[in-house]
Amino acid sequence: MTTVTDKSNTKSNTQVEKWIRTYRRMVMIRLFEEQVNELYTRALMPGLAHLYVGEEAVAVGICEALNPTDYITSTHRGHGHCLAKGASPDRMFAELLGKEAGYCRGKGGSMHIADPATGNLGANAIVGGSTGIATGAALSSKRLRTGQVAVCFFGEGALGQGVLYEVMNLAALWKLPVIYVCENNLYTEYTHYSETTAGDILARGTAFGVQAEAVDGQDVRAVNAIAQKLVDRARKGEGPAFLLCNTYRYTGHHVGDINREYYRSKQEEQEWKTKRDPIKNLAEWLISEKLADAAGLTAIETEVRAEMKSAVEFAIAAPYPGVEEVEQDVYA
Amino acid sequence: MPEAAQRELTFAQAVREALAEEMRRDSRVCIFGEDVAEAGTPFKVLAGLVEEFGAERVLDTPISEAGFTGMGVGAAMTGLRPVVDIMFGDFLTLTMDQMVNQAAKVHYMSGGTWKVPMVLRTTLGATRRSAAQHSQSLHAWLSHVPGLKVVMPSTPYDAKGLLKTAIRDENPVVFFEDKMMFKLKGPVPVEEYTIPFGVADIKRQGEDITIVATSSMVQVALGAAELLEKIGISAEVIDPRTTWPLDEKTLIESAKKTSRAMVVDEGYGRYGVTGEIASVIAEGAFYNLEAPVKRMGAMHVPIPFSPPLEDVTVPTDQTIFEAARALCGKE
Repeated sequence: MTTVTDKSNTKSNTQVEKWIRTYRRMVMIRLFEEQVNELYTRALMPGLAHLYVGEEAVAVGICEALNPTDYITSTHRGHGHCLAKGASPDRMFAELLGKEAGYCRGKGGSMHIADPATGNLGANAIVGGSTGIATGAALSSKRLRTGQVAVCFFGEGALGQGVLYEVMNLAALWKLPVIYVCENNLYTEYTHYSETTAGDILARGTAFGVQAEAVDGQDVRAVNAIAQKLVDRARKGEGPAFLLCNTYRYTGHHVGDINREYYRSKQEEQEWKTKRDPIKNLAEWLISEKLADAAGLTAIETEVRAEMKSAVEFAIAAPYPGVEEVEQDVYA
Repeated sequence: MPEAAQRELTFAQAVREALAEEMRRDSRVCIFGEDVAEAGTPFKVLAGLVEEFGAERVLDTPISEAGFTGMGVGAAMTGLRPVVDIMFGDFLTLTMDQMVNQAAKVHYMSGGTWKVPMVLRTTLGATRRSAAQHSQSLHAWLSHVPGLKVVMPSTPYDAKGLLKTAIRDENPVVFFEDKMMFKLKGPVPVEEYTIPFGVADIKRQGEDITIVATSSMVQVALGAAELLEKIGISAEVIDPRTTWPLDEKTLIESAKKTSRAMVVDEGYGRYGVTGEIASVIAEGAFYNLEAPVKRMGAMHVPIPFSPPLEDVTVPTDQTIFEAARALCGKE
């Protein structure tokens, strides 16, 4: 079924390979999302999707610090998390199109991609809805002594949900191996976060005795370094952490959110895209450190672009589930 | 059941024994909630469990129903078999996102790849003088949602057998215990047994009228059946035991046999379990019925505190008796 082999799945300890793999995966997320937008504008995709473009360094920097068996929970803006944890683009696209070959046999769609094989407990369309699930997975890990760490991704909008604070309190009390990753992309749907968020965000973690850190979410090396520290700490039984990643959503709340001037300026978007682009920044660093050359990076992009194209073609050609499936898997 | 093995347990003891047996059988089973450990819950149902199984498996939580219910979902997905304890059924409102949007949907949304083998045990029932926020019976809310199973035992025997089944089930199961029945005694064999879901139990055979009753209302309906017998009406009392899956066949067959049916349940009458079961019977047995199916639930009011007010909000053996008599056309 799988038509795309993700070469970045192979782990390596050498720095060059690690950062090339990181680069490749960030490019993959960006080009994946480009295709999603294309599927939407060509009216080939049912419903909507929430793009992760601009935030790639967060998912990739963090998942690069995880083992394949570690858990993640994701959000409505979850394609990046799923791909960073190792999902294959062809089955992702198939799910987005409601096809049987999709990760959820077409029953979940863009906002519900889940995959036990990559430790993905599921993307979640309730804001803050997966905070309990991630914390529960950390409880299993501690009780069953498996050494697994759970990462709970959520946007800054979830800071408004009470359940987050309930589970952070519990995770601190029980010293659970869970990391709460807050992706502050500045916009809670169509509203600037400063209008919805009082006080100091990090204090929301430290109030419970949860180790809280902030990082430039556009710098994948910084994200990865802090993630590695917090993951190691959690794995050693030293308890939960809260990691605030400051980032930016390049596109609208969802693919249909085109005219955004009423809540943010084009100039602001342009500044982030030109000055703080995570992929561009990593490329410049790779070249300056002589870990790669421009031609090599272009070759990666070309290759990934071809992979995305064939993954989309696979998904478009894939059959829908038979209607007899509608009542299957309501119960296990 | 061999006669020699018969012994009596209270409803609370039966629940505790089911939990203890399952925890001994399977080290993945754990229980968490408010005051479940040393306190053994305010109703003392779990007394002794933390002493036997330790604080790693019997965990006291903060008062954070949404949080620890959500953790139950995640723990169930990743290898534990948690029993989440929600002290009063009224507090289910705080767990609704976790139960309705998460637990119930994980298996389906993930295309059958993740499972949530979790039990949420909670209470229902009025007349304990606990007022509007500690007396409701909200099982209809959960029965409405695909992906959940809902269990409503009415005897110590059923409580034990159904709870063991619930813990072994691969799906999220909501287990309602009537807090007025914790001291009710009944026979519970020493031998291992489980009771399958979706199998109604005929608690009393009868010929003239079918009374379908759930949980607390089964005992009340049996009391009404005694009163009815004295005036020559033979009532069949059927306990579905699970509102989902629902044993529609047994309910319909009984109604066809007796030609009259009523449904008694302690949830609010409006849009509730009585309405659902009554329509199942009406659709399945319509041409055999001699009267419309009668529904009796809690009055459509918040449960009041004052005893004379509270007592009229829920069906009693007397009100069931009178309704059944009228349905049978007896003065």
